[in-house]
Amino acid sequence: MSDVQPAIRLTGVSKQFPGGYTALEGVDITVAPGRFVSLVGPSGCGKSTALSLIAGLDTPTAGTVKVRDRLVNGVADGVGFLFQRDALLPWKNVFDNVAFPLVLRKRPAKEIAERVNEWIARVNLRGFENHFPSALSGGMRKRVALAQTLVYEPQIILMDEPFSALDVQTRDLMEDELLQLWQGSGMTIVFVTHDLEEAIALSDEVVVMTAGPARVKARYDVTLPRPRVIEQVRLDPRFTELYRAMWNDLRDEVLESYARATSAP
Amino acid sequence: MREQLRPLNRWTILSTQVVLTILVLGLWELGGRAGWIDKLYFSRPSDIGMQVAEWVRLGYVVKDVVTTMSETLAGLAVGALVGIVLGIVLASNRFLGAVFEPLLVLLNSIPRITLVPLFILWFGFRFESKVASAIALVLFVVFFATYAGIKDVDPTLVASARVLGATRADVVRHVLVPSALTWIFSSLRSAVGFALIGAVVAEYFGANAGVGYRIQYSEANFNTAGVFAGLAVLMVLVTLVDAFIVRVQRHLIRWK
Repeated sequence: MSDVQPAIRLTGVSKQFPGGYTALEGVDITVAPGRFVSLVGPSGCGKSTALSLIAGLDTPTAGTVKVRDRLVNGVADGVGFLFQRDALLPWKNVFDNVAFPLVLRKRPAKEIAERVNEWIARVNLRGFENHFPSALSGGMRKRVALAQTLVYEPQIILMDEPFSALDVQTRDLMEDELLQLWQGSGMTIVFVTHDLEEAIALSDEVVVMTAGPARVKARYDVTLPRPRVIEQVRLDPRFTELYRAMWNDLRDEVLESYARATSAP
Repeated sequence: MREQLRPLNRWTILSTQVVLTILVLGLWELGGRAGWIDKLYFSRPSDIGMQVAEWVRLGYVVKDVVTTMSETLAGLAVGALVGIVLGIVLASNRFLGAVFEPLLVLLNSIPRITLVPLFILWFGFRFESKVASAIALVLFVVFFATYAGIKDVDPTLVASARVLGATRADVVRHVLVPSALTWIFSSLRSAVGFALIGAVVAEYFGANAGVGYRIQYSEANFNTAGVFAGLAVLMVLVTLVDAFIVRVQRHLIRWK
């Protein structure tokens, strides 16, 4: 792996917010191109902060963040971000939302129409082009967000618990769709979640983080074969094995974060 | 079991409103004729109606409405435009916002009507002093609504737009302004009323045409029916302009 230029490299990264809260402390993470890596940790441990730093939406207080061997300095082109909360523009319909990143890049109208229609078809939303987000279900809105991110072909996609607000069945479907879209695309994905099952089922590699301030506690390679189908992969004995090992690491962190949350003054 | 809520019948509501209006106007008329209500001070619906008819015949209504409306609309347009631009600039630039927002709050604490003599001093009894009074009333309402609307924007939307490739100007155009539009429009509805107040009050001070002038002139001649007739004309005017704004608003905020 050392001979390949990493897609993302965090070296000794710390982030302290004004007011004293430390979200990250001495974090080292390297993500090879084309890999699907999950960051898992208790809720509110600072995983999302790591994504903001990679996206260039925020700056670290110590350490360096590099994307494709370049120091992150502001929002970079070629990085996509799927937010936990709904981030579609409510006043733009499905077509205009998916077209938005291309309009910002001032692509010709014809090219925009072609690519937007292609992606709307790929996320199975044909016929909904003129609907506003308020008229769509949670799962459909996520698919629009996915199309909006993929339409400008970023090489790196950061995902901040994108499916956590969906019901379990919709979530399984979305995870399968995500894997299908990612398969063979060469995209690098960093996926933040507090759900171990989701992390294992999707990823090539899982990084377990400590309760805030987040540090890297352990790393696991997930060698389950691809292509994967979410509901089947959970029945694989290796899945259970990995789950047990990771949960062992994670449990202490979850307990600590829970204890802190309930004993806070 | 709970009683189920039946949808209200539109026609029942409308007919009740009509009946109520007729009842109030009828009692007023009757009271005036019977001498329970002093006609000198309160006039009578029939006299007011006749006064409006008389003004229509003399061509005053058209002349006054055109005068007052051009002052109102000019004041509304300039005041709203300046208010919106100021709101956008001060809300999207943290430094300018920190400097100017408190100053605007301070200015806003001046009762604007008291500025009318100043405008007359500056601009005389001309069109400009009426427009200036309308602007003074409209500007702050629209500014504070725009400012609040932009500050209220969901930060996730801004972060998302930036990751998708938006520059600062793109964020203003595609995220901040559309998001503030709901606020801006509801402020515009009250701004119409304020613009009219500004224009009419400035007309009270001195003018030779306009609904405010007509009201003031009637008052000076102890023509109570004339005062009420002027108010009736104003009421119809504001209702029409408001209906127009609601239609534009429905179209622009159809995504809700």
